[in-house]
Amino acid sequence: MTDIQSPLPGTFYHRPDPDQPPFKAKGDSVAEGDVIGLIEVMKTFIEVKAEAAGTFAGYEADDATPVTAGAVLAKLES
Amino acid sequence: MPVSRLLIANRGEIAMRIVRAAKSLGVHTIQAYSEADAEMLSVREADESICIGPAPAKDSYLNIDALLKAARETNADAVHPGYGFLSESPAFVRAVEDAGLTFVGPSADTIERMGDKVAARQAAEAAGVPVVPGSDGRVDGVDAALEVAETIGYPVMVKAAAGGGGRGIRVAQDADELRKLAPQAAREAQAAFGDGGLYVERAILSPRHIEVQILGDGTRAVHCWERECSLQRRRQKVWEEAGASCLDQATRETLCRSAVALAEAVNYRGAGTLEYLYDDASGEFFFIEMNTRIQVEHPVTEMITGVDLVAEMIRVAGGEPLSMTQDDIARNGHAIEVRLNAEDPLMQFMPFPGKVDGLDWPEGDGIRVDHFLSDGYQIPPFYDSLIGKLIVHAPTRDEAIDKLAEALRSTRIGGVKTTIPLHLALARSPDVRAGRVHTQWLEPWLDAGNLTAEATGDPQ
Repeated sequence: MTDIQSPLPGTFYHRPDPDQPPFKAKGDSVAEGDVIGLIEVMKTFIEVKAEAAGTFAGYEADDATPVTAGAVLAKLES
Repeated sequence: MPVSRLLIANRGEIAMRIVRAAKSLGVHTIQAYSEADAEMLSVREADESICIGPAPAKDSYLNIDALLKAARETNADAVHPGYGFLSESPAFVRAVEDAGLTFVGPSADTIERMGDKVAARQAAEAAGVPVVPGSDGRVDGVDAALEVAETIGYPVMVKAAAGGGGRGIRVAQDADELRKLAPQAAREAQAAFGDGGLYVERAILSPRHIEVQILGDGTRAVHCWERECSLQRRRQKVWEEAGASCLDQATRETLCRSAVALAEAVNYRGAGTLEYLYDDASGEFFFIEMNTRIQVEHPVTEMITGVDLVAEMIRVAGGEPLSMTQDDIARNGHAIEVRLNAEDPLMQFMPFPGKVDGLDWPEGDGIRVDHFLSDGYQIPPFYDSLIGKLIVHAPTRDEAIDKLAEALRSTRIGGVKTTIPLHLALARSPDVRAGRVHTQWLEPWLDAGNLTAEATGDPQ
């Protein structure tokens, strides 16, 4: 298992837009550099990217919730 | 009824500013704060404070029910909205007034009217305030477009009358060019919206942003002169001045008087700002919109006039007439404000919600800092990146720029990346020094690589 951590403190989102599906679902294959979520920090949205390839194992942080820098956002099975 | 217990429905540096103004009037201050802001400086400085909900603004600073509940629980008799959040929400004003409280600002109707672009343009025209000359509706065909362009003057912008966005926009410098471009624009409009109708208006290609500060008591209004805020990045102002050195005295007087006429025509109460585009080439100014609240850059106006705008807002909200006449408001010297944002200007302005580790502010005559920081303070990531404003005042613009550069060099906000290096580089720019700037100047200047660690002389 690999952790995907938050690069910054802020609010974590699973979806690009409230009306759209999450970036990834459990079992999806993930390539290095794939966007798995967004962090809203000071009104700016920063993409969270996977730093390794693998299979998406699920989100660890809930959608639209505050996270700290370094918090585990999601897990990958390699 | 005079304001005696004021709920501050905002955060950050403007909350501190409101606390200070209210205290100077002997008004009891009550700071509303979110769970993320419990350690905020104004929570400590206010006479009392009350938590209004979780960190996300929608659950706290934008939550009308939570704010009204807090006002009831603390026996507040008035609410100051600051800027942003609910400051221009007619629904909030109505809810505050329905609860029997005073809103520190204009009426809900005024906010609604001036918040609507078309209604605001009509109100401005009715009061004799110039607006960007346009075709006042759709034109069909090249001949009609040429006729309109002849009246409003070149260069003109043609765009699709239907739809929005940038589709079908063309700029024509003269009639020949318009003859070529109008059919293209019409075809594009037809393709995009199924309607080839066009709208023609004067193109102001590199305008300056000029704005006029006004104060009103519902009957009478005065202006506190103008500001220039042409240095903008992504439509956000980064550096603001009072006055606008590009204006001659006659244009300045006409501009400011037109703002008062509009304010009186809408029975304006409180502090407000009329924003204009100014065309250096022709010396013309055009109203674009009105902000019905206190603005971030209000301190530069206070520095050159000596008027306490926030205190005056609170007084007139309490039913007092304006405490001054136009003749009392003189311009004195030149003031500059720079916005200190928690962003890394050398990394595409990436937000930097750090923890303050060591804090030194500049001191001296003509130096003012509006901020909400304290040593050890963790800047929350949930809100705007503005953490403070450095304001300087000097007899001339040149001296003000020198004083600004010196004040920036003696400012230290440890542990946090800020926009100080940007302002140091701007203070050294020959274009900024000569005032050769407009709203489209800063972004190309940044893209051209003018902001480097060397150019900023940045000690951080």
